[in-house]
Amino acid sequence: MIAEAGLAALWLAAALSLLGLFLSIAHVRGTLEADKAVRALAIVQGLLCLFAFAMLLLVFARTDLSVALVAENSHSAKPLIYKVAGAWGNHEGSMLLWVTVLGLSGAALAALSHRLPSRTLIAALGAQAALALGFHAFLLFASNPFARLNPPAPEGRGLNPLLQDPGLAFHPPTLYLGYVGLSVAFSLAVGALLGGEVNRQLARAMRPWVLGAWIFLTLGITAGSYWAYYELGWGGWWFWDPVENASLMPWLAATALLHSVAVLAARNALKAWTMMLAVIAFSMSMIGTFLVRSGILTSVHAFAVDPLRGSFILGLLAVYVTAAFLLFAVRAPTLREGAPFEPVSREAAIVANNLLLTVILGVVFIGTLYPLLAEATTGEKLSVGAPYFNAVAGPLAILLGILLAVGPLLSWRREGRPVLRRLALPGLFAATALAITFFAIPQSGLLPKFGLALAAGLIPATIIPLIGRNPLRTPLATWGMAIAHLGAAVAVAGMAADSAFTTEKLTAAKPGETVEVGPWLVEFTGVTPAVGPNWTAVEAELRATRGSGVHVLKPQTRFFTNPPTETNEAAIDTLLSGQLYTVVGRSDAEGRWQLRLWWKPLVTLIWFGGGLIGLGGLLALAGHARRAWRRRMAQ
Amino acid sequence: MAEADGPVSRALRLLPIILTVWILGTFAWRLIQPDDPTIRSQLVNREVPAFDLPAAVPGATGLKSADLATGRPRLLNLFASWCVPCVAEAPVLAEIHRRGVEIDGIAIRDTPGAVGAFLGRHGNPYSRIGSDPTSRAQLALGSAGVPETFVIDGKGVMRLQHVGPIYESDIPAILEALEKAR
Repeated sequence: MIAEAGLAALWLAAALSLLGLFLSIAHVRGTLEADKAVRALAIVQGLLCLFAFAMLLLVFARTDLSVALVAENSHSAKPLIYKVAGAWGNHEGSMLLWVTVLGLSGAALAALSHRLPSRTLIAALGAQAALALGFHAFLLFASNPFARLNPPAPEGRGLNPLLQDPGLAFHPPTLYLGYVGLSVAFSLAVGALLGGEVNRQLARAMRPWVLGAWIFLTLGITAGSYWAYYELGWGGWWFWDPVENASLMPWLAATALLHSVAVLAARNALKAWTMMLAVIAFSMSMIGTFLVRSGILTSVHAFAVDPLRGSFILGLLAVYVTAAFLLFAVRAPTLREGAPFEPVSREAAIVANNLLLTVILGVVFIGTLYPLLAEATTGEKLSVGAPYFNAVAGPLAILLGILLAVGPLLSWRREGRPVLRRLALPGLFAATALAITFFAIPQSGLLPKFGLALAAGLIPATIIPLIGRNPLRTPLATWGMAIAHLGAAVAVAGMAADSAFTTEKLTAAKPGETVEVGPWLVEFTGVTPAVGPNWTAVEAELRATRGSGVHVLKPQTRFFTNPPTETNEAAIDTLLSGQLYTVVGRSDAEGRWQLRLWWKPLVTLIWFGGGLIGLGGLLALAGHARRAWRRRMAQ
Repeated sequence: MAEADGPVSRALRLLPIILTVWILGTFAWRLIQPDDPTIRSQLVNREVPAFDLPAAVPGATGLKSADLATGRPRLLNLFASWCVPCVAEAPVLAEIHRRGVEIDGIAIRDTPGAVGAFLGRHGNPYSRIGSDPTSRAQLALGSAGVPETFVIDGKGVMRLQHVGPIYESDIPAILEALEKAR
């Protein structure tokens, strides 16, 4: 019954979005006054999706093996958290999560937007309903999560052990909130283009949605990066894998949008460009979903390849993206831009920021799709990897970092103050750091050197805009901006430090032997068996020391029975100065065990910086929300 | 961001759509024509990497890469006693050998006893058989599985990689490649 209730809720939600679409068309054309009805429909539709998703969680929590999806992806002997999180650790469940977030975004837009012209809002809700309708059809016709299995399976097939990790509970939902949250910006852009009201009011209405989605994307990517780092046991935090790029591209577009929408809100300018970015950002989310779900690109994220599902999403993608671009092509010429910008002003800096972010987005997009495009045109097979991305995107990111130091120091319209003087101190820091790197780490590449120098200059530069202001009077949004920028500087420091200072040792050792990695002496004392709820393991004991104190690390090779798989559980010792990362592999005939050891100074800064960026976003969102609330109270 | 409204800006406005259609078209092409997962060796038309393998069965001759550059084109066949397609391939290899082609073999991840039994049951077309118990030479050759067969010319340069068993119908192509490698 639970599964049927979920399925019924999905059908009902699909019907309501169809109704909502028709009513909103009628409202925008002026044939019917349907403002309240469209809003109510959007809210109910979102709640029905949420209900269906709750039903899916319930069948997974109870391991109802008469539901095909549960039988294929779950197992009764699994900790409850992975039973529940396993609900979205598969195609159908994750698409239901996608649709649920889409529905809830529409509901939130309907419930929380009060200051937009009715025509714009209802057109946006119509666009949201059209999106929901397509993805509902995809769920119901090509990916039904509630399909029954008759007779029920005696036992489930289990969940991929790599996914049996707390990361699964956090990473996909966060990322989806970001991906799909961008649908609101897309719909608002469509609504505003249809209604012809692209102005500051729209920007103020759009900004919290972009900010919210961007925060979730930032945190989701940061969490995913750390998850891959410790779970895969490869010691890397970013692999330029197509699925990673699929999450990075919407983030790049959203970051650009976040800044251009600020220009629209402050200066009533960059109208067409902002609308374009809003369309691109969510299009990137949909393209990412397509790339991941169709499996057309080779990736470490092994998802099942299904041409029918791929074609279905491709069809949706084609309809939505081309429709939005067509609308843009027709309506963009009617948008009136304001006066041109002064070359030294905050808006000019943001234009440069947008250009750089867009170029980086293009670089990642081309690199990700190039193997596919090359094979389609020349038949040649090739792969594009880190050397391309680092070499092309890296220098652009450094330029972006320099801009990040300058931009916040400029004021809107026209900068009258001497900017260069305020930049003297950060510039001095950066130049000194750069000189030091050339002496201290001559063997590392140019990019890590410039990265470290940039971070050294950027950390003071991001704080300068706060200096001389009363901390209590400073708007939360300004604090948020400074903290997010500081987070970017900290993350850059971590990335550069990781590639400049990491030492790696791959060796085979007998119990009792000592291995040296960086400043550490690591003694391999032996291996012991270990047992978990649904796995057994070989556990190595490593005693690491660098002068004083002993750190004990216990990396494992785990053997799961359902499904039969072997995983490496890295043991990581986190210190203020960095991380010692250890992996144990197989043994050979002479009783030696493969050990892989890394000493990674300051690597944690990467994710700490990511967290700071998210925190900055949250503060800014809180600031905007508080201001909007006060304004409403005042009325 | 420009305000101009001439024909150029109209073309610019349509650019996103054109790009989108192009990219979506490529996606559709890939969906219709699924990926060919065969892994091709990067060494085709290059010299065979250096290896020196001991004999796979007592009494046979081992195989080192220098043995392949004898002035006459030959086949290098990677096989294993535990590989079922290799059994199917054995009579075809025997037929090629009967037509005067010299064949060297590498037994992948195998034991002398098992290779001996395999050759006893399915015949031995090989001039030399090296043993590669750890797949080291196999990976160096750019091979991802068994059976695989390479056409090596007289100078020890790899001219053709045949992935999977050689069927009766593949014989003409193999012979032609050998002829060309002469």
